[in-house]
Parts: sequence; structure tokens; C-alpha cells
Amino acid sequence: MRREASARGGASESEVRYTPYHPTWYRRRMPIFWWLGRRSYTKFIARELTSLFVAYTAALLGAQLLALARGPVAYARFTTWLTGPFVLAFHVFVFLALLFHAVTWFGLAPRALVIKVGGRHLPESLVAGAHYAGWAALSALLAWLVVGAG
Amino acid sequence: MSGSRGAPARRSREPLLWALFSAGGTLAALALPALVGVLWLAAPLGWVPAASHAELATLARAPAARLFLFALLSLALFHWAHRFRYTLYDGLQLYHLNRLIAVCTYGAATLGTVLAAWLIWVRL
Repeated sequence: MRREASARGGASESEVRYTPYHPTWYRRRMPIFWWLGRRSYTKFIARELTSLFVAYTAALLGAQLLALARGPVAYARFTTWLTGPFVLAFHVFVFLALLFHAVTWFGLAPRALVIKVGGRHLPESLVAGAHYAGWAALSALLAWLVVGAG
Repeated sequence: MSGSRGAPARRSREPLLWALFSAGGTLAALALPALVGVLWLAAPLGWVPAASHAELATLARAPAARLFLFALLSLALFHWAHRFRYTLYDGLQLYHLNRLIAVCTYGAATLGTVLAAWLIWVRL
């Protein structure tokens, strides 16, 4: 109707008003669990979800430090809690998730970290190998540091 | 220009968040399996002798250890924040909650960083 009015030449520009109707573009609806359909998608989401276990580990390491700060009694209570069967079983799962994170992370590192030496790219295997070597060295150092004197 | 003021600012924050995510992912991959394997599995199971309270307290209070622990805890949290944010975005397709999720995840990581600093340099 309004268009007709302007076509007739009677309406000025300020009178042109748009209807609140907003056309939506076509978008295929994706089911929420789209990533269960294919192995590679499931692996991708599993890899992304390892971040939850990274956060859990950071939080519990914080709790362990707090117990350490509170003194020997609080720390003993913490280490006793660690020996519970459900806690142990859960921590096996956490450990596996962290391993999965580490392996997938070092697998992606050569593609994110492209190093040029003398105008040539370092081969992926060398970058990945350096990460694995660093992992082994730091793991050995940390394990040596936090294992008790016995 | 004034109309697009918000967009470039948000875009320029992304490299920093990605750098924190990346550093946290590397540090978590390098250090966490060993720490969890020894402190929460091998020691409680009695496979290796557990470090005493005095031993660990002395170790953790070393200046280099404090710095390492702070970097580890903080960056691991920012790694989680960034990755989990995009997991919710891609996996559950919560596009309309993008802003809220970002505030919650990076906010939690920031709070965790402050807590970690207090824990490591004040309490410990």
C-alpha cells in the first residue's frame, strides 16, 4: 500500500517505513549431537573436552597446594582422600584424558609451529620429535622432584 | 568509524586469548600427565614412595617452583576457557549465548589466576 503511495509520487522519503518483518536465510538445522555421527568428529569433540580435565587438574593441584599450606594434618587428610577407590578410578580416567590431550597437542604442534631455518621449513617429524623429547625430559624431571625420598 | 568501534577491539583480543590457550595447552601437555601420574596415581597406590608434607612444602616454596606453579595453573585455566568456549559454540551451537559464555569462561580463568597468585605467594 505504501509502495503504491510512493509510486503515485505523493510520499516523501521520510514517509518510507519498513515493516518489522525480517526475512531469514535458509539454514539447515543441525542436531546437537552431530559429532556422534562420524569417528573423526567424535574424536574432535573428545579432544576439545580434554580441556575440562585440564581445568580439573589445575583446580585440584590448587587444592593440594592449599592443603600443603595449611599444614601436615590437612595435607594428610588430602592424601588419604586420594586413596579412595572412586577417586583413584576417576584419576585414572583424568590421566588418560591428559595423555590424549598431550598426544593430540603434540600431533598438531608441527602444523601450528612452522619453523623456517635457512629458507627451508623444518620437517614436521623434527618439530614433533622435539616436543616429545621435551615432554619426556620434563616428565622425568617432575617425577624425580615429586617422588618422595622413601 | 564510530559505528565499527566495537568490532576491531574484539578482533584484536583474539590473538592474546589464542596465545594464552596455546601456551596453556603446551604447558598442560608437558607437565600434567607426569604430575597426575605420580601425585594422584603412583603415590596413592604405593608404587612409588609418597613425598612427605615437609618435602613437598620445601619444594613448592622454592621461587622457581612458585613461578612454575603459577604459570601452570593460570595458563591451564585459560587453555580450558578458550577451548571450552569454542566447544560450546561448535558442539552445542549456543551461538546466541556467545557473549555470556565468553564472559563466564575467561572470567573464571581470570578469577582462578588471582586465586592461584594468592595461594602461591600469600598462603604457601
